[in-house]
Amino acid sequence: MTYLRPQFHHPELPKNNIGYTKKEYEGSLSTLCAGCGHDSISAAIAQACFEMNIEPHRVAKLSGIGCSSKTPAYFLGNSHGFNSVHGRMPSVATGANLANKNLQYFGVSGDGDSASIGMGQFVHAIRRNLNMVYIVMNNGCYGLTKGQDSATADEGSKSKSGSVNPFQAIDLASMAVELGATFVAQSFSGDKQQLIPLIKAAMHHGGFAFINVISPCVTFNNNVGSTKSYDYVREHVEATGTIDFVPTHSEITTSYAAGTDTTVTMHDGSKIQLHKLANDWNPEDRIAAASSLQKARAKGEILTGLLYINSGYHDLHATLNTTDISLNTLDEKVLCPGNAVLAEINAGLR
Amino acid sequence: MNPTNTKDPEYYHKVVDCQYACPAHTPVPEYIRLIAAGLYSEAYMVNWESNVFPGVLGRTCDRPCEPACRRGRVEDEPVAICRLKRVAADFKDDVKHRMPQGPFASNGKKIALIGGGPASLTVARDLAPLGYEIHLFDEQFAGGGMMRSQIPSFRLPETVLNEEVGYIIDLGIHTHYKTYVNSLKEILDQNYDAIFVGTGAPRGRDLSSLPGRKEASANVHIGIEWLASVAFEHTNKIGKKVIVLGGGNTAMDCCRTSRRLGGEEVKVLVRSPFSEMKASPWEKEDAMHEDIPIMENHVPLEFVLENGKLVGMKFEKVHPVYDEKGKRQLLPTGEQDVFVEADDVLIAIGQENSFPWIERDLGLDFDGHGMPVVNDVTFQSTLKNVFFGGDASFGPKNVITAVAQGHHAAVSIDLFCRDLDVLKRPDPMTNLMSTKMGIHEWSYDSIVATDKRFIVPQAEKKITLSDRKKEVELGFDLTTAFQEAQRCLNCDVQTVFTEDRCIECDACMDICPTSCITFTPNEDEKDLRLHLSAPAHNLTQDLLVSDTLKTGRVMVKDEDVCLHCGLCAERCPTSAWDMQKYLYSTTKASKIL
Repeated sequence: MTYLRPQFHHPELPKNNIGYTKKEYEGSLSTLCAGCGHDSISAAIAQACFEMNIEPHRVAKLSGIGCSSKTPAYFLGNSHGFNSVHGRMPSVATGANLANKNLQYFGVSGDGDSASIGMGQFVHAIRRNLNMVYIVMNNGCYGLTKGQDSATADEGSKSKSGSVNPFQAIDLASMAVELGATFVAQSFSGDKQQLIPLIKAAMHHGGFAFINVISPCVTFNNNVGSTKSYDYVREHVEATGTIDFVPTHSEITTSYAAGTDTTVTMHDGSKIQLHKLANDWNPEDRIAAASSLQKARAKGEILTGLLYINSGYHDLHATLNTTDISLNTLDEKVLCPGNAVLAEINAGLR
Repeated sequence: MNPTNTKDPEYYHKVVDCQYACPAHTPVPEYIRLIAAGLYSEAYMVNWESNVFPGVLGRTCDRPCEPACRRGRVEDEPVAICRLKRVAADFKDDVKHRMPQGPFASNGKKIALIGGGPASLTVARDLAPLGYEIHLFDEQFAGGGMMRSQIPSFRLPETVLNEEVGYIIDLGIHTHYKTYVNSLKEILDQNYDAIFVGTGAPRGRDLSSLPGRKEASANVHIGIEWLASVAFEHTNKIGKKVIVLGGGNTAMDCCRTSRRLGGEEVKVLVRSPFSEMKASPWEKEDAMHEDIPIMENHVPLEFVLENGKLVGMKFEKVHPVYDEKGKRQLLPTGEQDVFVEADDVLIAIGQENSFPWIERDLGLDFDGHGMPVVNDVTFQSTLKNVFFGGDASFGPKNVITAVAQGHHAAVSIDLFCRDLDVLKRPDPMTNLMSTKMGIHEWSYDSIVATDKRFIVPQAEKKITLSDRKKEVELGFDLTTAFQEAQRCLNCDVQTVFTEDRCIECDACMDICPTSCITFTPNEDEKDLRLHLSAPAHNLTQDLLVSDTLKTGRVMVKDEDVCLHCGLCAERCPTSAWDMQKYLYSTTKASKIL
């Protein structure tokens, strides 16, 4: 097996606005199983960062434990990374984000890492509206330990060994909407057309952006009867719409038939143009989002696309009213202004 | 686009750029892998089967394969294909027992070959094992033709040439050396079943109308005639100051030979700009390395004589001007004419065909340029039992082209002698076989080496310039040969795609280091080429397009800069991609290997 990626690249590889090619956003060669959905998501993250013209050293990748949590080694090789304890990625992300709010944070987690051992951490990161992109690579099984059903495995889904899952699934996207996440999307690793714009919009979102990505485990959960196989997902996907992320300085160029598109303006004036496939869809309506997710679930369908977005929010730094400059750049002189200032404060409290 | 028809034997053949570019379609990656494996005799035989003269061509080939090499499209320099061929020839063991073993049972047919050069020898090699009685006529004392008379010994040692000519003659060829055929009619009257004409382009062009040419004739020589005279040891010295006129490989051989026969100030003067000279870049380099200046844009005006003796030549300085169609004109710069001193002048400005020995009333048609009318597929003339090949058929080209034409002519002669239609050519031999050894293991070295092209060492100039027969290039040693062989991308190991296995997980598209693979909605070729992961601007390279996949998209692979690293197949969970070795062997009259 080849563990080395050839050094050559296409001589006409396109460059982004800051002069980098996709090569600069690659990581080391994946050691996941061939055909793993996670690798597609890694590639989508790398492509989104390339298209967003972000310098790789302005990105921090954080993860827990699991197949999904290995992936930060396989994209953005020139970025910061922290592989934390199982399920504790949100805590580490919170700490990192509080210390340096100027980086783009990617939390990469799996169904075990987020829906089981790290559930407590996950919900609190949402509650605090931490400014990060939180991607769950959701394959419905524990791939690293030979494919046991995970907490997101659908009831009735059949494993590769033939056993049928008797438990209800935790629906992470519904939960995120319920808990008040300000950006909730769902997608499929096999649909980069949809996934890349979603990641770009999530990167631009100034708060907690959650993307649940169904990512088939080719080794343990891609069999007939599984509800997380390539074939099943392709047959049961129902997209809410296609989206285009339009940065502030660009004109909206795509146009759809009247009445089917909605433009959501984000915090800095950039836009998400949403081409709705269902006419009654409103991505800013939290109740509609929750009910649509439930309805789709009842029909055995997987609702994908941007499910919910709330542009009127405060992220954690705004809520805590932290300093404008990031905390890690404050030096001792600023943090310990000296006796005179202390005396002044004390006097103010008398 | 419609799905690519990979069943067409030429589709995968075209992906193997080097083999496709080689006139004889030598399976280059196949023998390079054998060299890397240390199997030099096997590598030699793969060559011998295709190009008949591996030792000669490994030193002197015009290398059409190298500019085509895919490696040149992903980095600076192609693989040193030609010099690797020489490695096979240099390090092989005795290979004679691997060749067809005579005596062959006679088939009762008799063939005459006129001229003993590479084309005729190829015909002889291909037909002898089938039992043909072959008679080879040549005016020299041994076979080899221009390889003997025109290629200097410091590029091609006589021993190498003798060995490879010998392999063919030893198949039981009846040689008639020192026999100049001066009448085709006489040969026709001798009841041969077929006659092959491989008499080359034996006449060097002259500058007979240039003032002073006739008066200076004692010191003005025609390049190829002079080279032959040196090769056959009739000439062993030249003046101290030599002008060589011309910009082709013959000019390079003339100037370098002059340096070895006493020429101290040897200059090449050429009409065209340096970059447009016909000589191969490496031959120009070698000439300049031997302190021979190449003066471009100089058009000869006259031979200058003093007291009836040549003292030099006068040249007009020109510069190239191109019209919208890119057609070049050489216009005077208006500068003063240049005088260059010379004791001797060698004219190497091209070669021409000449058939004074063929009677024009035999039913063998000639065109307005004095060339025989020859079918470019069958190499048959209008006289059905007379075939042409090599420079004699379509004008001067090179050794490897002559060999290729020899193969075609041999197929035709065999068909003709069996009363079959010469236009119904047998198919080439093709074989497509998986290289899969294990889950992620291939039977070829799939890792892409990053080494730059290795340089072939040369003998010291002091030694080579003092001995005309001392070979300049030393050839690769085995360590370097292995490293250079590892630079080969194994383009014959094809990326074979099977639609119905694909689950569209995108793994291949994500992993491809050179962004060759795209899953996309189908479009016309023009649009498709622009909408791939990286634009496919190289129109000489095909797109491999799959049938429609489950999601309605197609898989499109741009063959242009594929490294054949096998990562697509390694990352494919369903073996929809497989790395399969494609062996393509052109149609030949007899089975050699």
